[in-house]
Amino acid sequence: MDNSGNPFLPDIGTVGKVIHEAPNIKSLQVVLNDQHRMQSFRFEPGQVAQLSIFGVGEATFVINSPPTRMEYLQFSIMRAGEVTERLHQLKEADPVGVRGPLGNWFPYEEMKGKDIYFIGGGIGMAPLRTLLLFMLDNREDYGNITLLYGARSPQDLCYKEELKDWEGRDDMELILTVDREFPDWDRRVGLVPNVLKELAPSPEGKVAVTCGPPIMIRFTLQALDGLGFKDDQVITTLERRMKCGIGLCGRCNIGTKYVCTDGPVFSLAQLKELPPEL
Amino acid sequence: MVSREARFLATDNIPALLRRLGNTYRVFAPVKVSDTIVLFQEFAESAGLALDEQTTLPPKELLFPQTEGLVSYRYRKDAEDLEKSEVQVEETLEAPPTIIFGVRPCDARGLTVFDAVFTDGQWRDPYYKARREATTIVTVLCTQPESTCFCTSVGGSPTGIEGSDIILTIVTGGYVAEPVTEKGETLLQDEAFTPAGDKAGEAGEAREKVSVERELELDGIAEQLLDIFGTDFWEQVTAKCISCAACTYVCPTCFCFTITDDTTGIEGSRIRTWDSCMFYLYTLEASGHNPRPTKTERYRNRIGHKFSYHPTSYEGMFGCSGCGRCIKVCPASLDIRQVLREAKAHG
Ligand SMILES: Cc1cc2nc3c(=O)[nH]c(=O)nc-3n(C[C@H](O)[C@H](O)[C@H](O)COP(=O)(O)OP(=O)(O)OC[C@H]3O[C@@H](n4cnc5c(N)ncnc54)[C@H](O)[C@@H]3O)c2cc1C
Ligand code: FES
Repeated sequence: MDNSGNPFLPDIGTVGKVIHEAPNIKSLQVVLNDQHRMQSFRFEPGQVAQLSIFGVGEATFVINSPPTRMEYLQFSIMRAGEVTERLHQLKEADPVGVRGPLGNWFPYEEMKGKDIYFIGGGIGMAPLRTLLLFMLDNREDYGNITLLYGARSPQDLCYKEELKDWEGRDDMELILTVDREFPDWDRRVGLVPNVLKELAPSPEGKVAVTCGPPIMIRFTLQALDGLGFKDDQVITTLERRMKCGIGLCGRCNIGTKYVCTDGPVFSLAQLKELPPEL
Repeated sequence: MVSREARFLATDNIPALLRRLGNTYRVFAPVKVSDTIVLFQEFAESAGLALDEQTTLPPKELLFPQTEGLVSYRYRKDAEDLEKSEVQVEETLEAPPTIIFGVRPCDARGLTVFDAVFTDGQWRDPYYKARREATTIVTVLCTQPESTCFCTSVGGSPTGIEGSDIILTIVTGGYVAEPVTEKGETLLQDEAFTPAGDKAGEAGEAREKVSVERELELDGIAEQLLDIFGTDFWEQVTAKCISCAACTYVCPTCFCFTITDDTTGIEGSRIRTWDSCMFYLYTLEASGHNPRPTKTERYRNRIGHKFSYHPTSYEGMFGCSGCGRCIKVCPASLDIRQVLREAKAHG
């Protein structure tokens, strides 16, 4: 979003396709009503938007379709409270407010030429999806691409159609895991950090990008450290309660940094410079 | 500030001046509403002005209202297809020309903290910005600082001009008025202002005489607060805090807010309301996780923000103007000066 207009004034969008990703997660594909706004909407992979239901409020979601595919903006929404509950009730052709893009993005320029190791858990797959699709659309810029993605159960895995596609590609590797055994599940079983330890990727020439629930992140960061990944080879995203999304309302700070404007994307090296208040 | 442009404003001429200005502007001035409470109120001749006391609340709510509409919305059913609905959204921005008469230097300086964040940063707040531009701040320099005043410790002065458009210095029979900005200069064209003559010299002397002791040495406080971030200091100082947030409410530099929707039927408005970093709900995440779960983390963030994070991000500017209101209102007698002194001495 540029700085010339009113950053509190949402665009109005219309819901296109609604995808039931998992029992508590839906994806909404949204097109801004103002054609010109839609055409001039520029964002970077990892940036977020505030979606709103007028009368209920706003909540923050990563734009998980990549900027290389602009037919619509996709958001995946896990049911968590008031606004997300109402977003889940939206159906095709319903209006929705969109305020964005906001925040920073993945340092995809600096990642060029590196092997990329994505580690995602649960709804944390949403920001990874953007970057992964963006990199697949600019495939020659990056080395080997691996995605390790875990969920509680097979039905909790999002983006099932794409998983099939990624599975079939020979220019990336996909490793899926669920927390425990399930009938007909012939992939890996185990928590993401444990599977990561088993796979034991070498840190040589790699950047790891990890998003997921806080507990998964914590153990994944430990595992990466154990494998010899340096702090500047690890990238993650932070979540904080947000309201304004533009560094004014005050709530999302960690020391001098605002997750809404300086984040949500941080390298582990950057995180370690902040006061310990996660 | 150019002193040769100084004018004289006789005390007797003030009501007529404010009445005249009231034709073009909303005019606010301090009014004593009870024995202990002085508030900025829309000027009415009958009320009488209380220019010699600190107002109970700073004038910030005139530029940053406690509640204000940001956008309004209205749903409409599609006549062709009742399943379908549309929503219309409009900006609601009001910034009537306003004069705030009788502001204190600390409160005017407090606005410069807002300016740094709301108008000069990466993102601009159009609501505050429009109101700030439409408002003229007429400041009365301090002559009798109170025991809670510590403006000089945070870089201010009882005779400071930052954030003001006009400054008034009390002299025999009235005030010497000097413009600080173009906006101020414009106002001084009113017939109530007469040539200052000798009064200008008297004003200069009066300003020399006022002083507020610089009781805190805050050099290095930004780094020190980070150094003691993880210590038990914060638990100790907040033991008596009751998380009431009165300190943030009366603060001329606190700007935290929340945004909520207020709907009746098919229409409503998205409103902004003052919030406080001292509240549990302020940072509570939908997952139930709260990065600042107790008053200890919250107070640490409040002090950290004002004396470490803000000055680090804004060229040394503290998020505090030393007005001392938080000291006056705290039901637990927490004194921010004492906290800062102890923080400096800790470890
Ligand atoms: C950078 C970032 C990216 C994110 N990306 C995604 C994503 O891609 N997908 C995803 O699913 N999630 C994402 N999230 C998380 C998502 O933003 C939250 O799950 C969402 O905001 C929850 O909103 P809610 O309204 O449903 O929850 P609630 O907690 O119910 O909040 C509803 C509103 O009600 C109010 N409220 C709540 N409780 C109270 C109370 N007790 N008293 C008064 N008022 C109250 C608040 O004003 C709040 O805004 C992201 C978060 C961040 C910060
Ligand atoms: S969400 Fe308001 S400051 Fe970050």
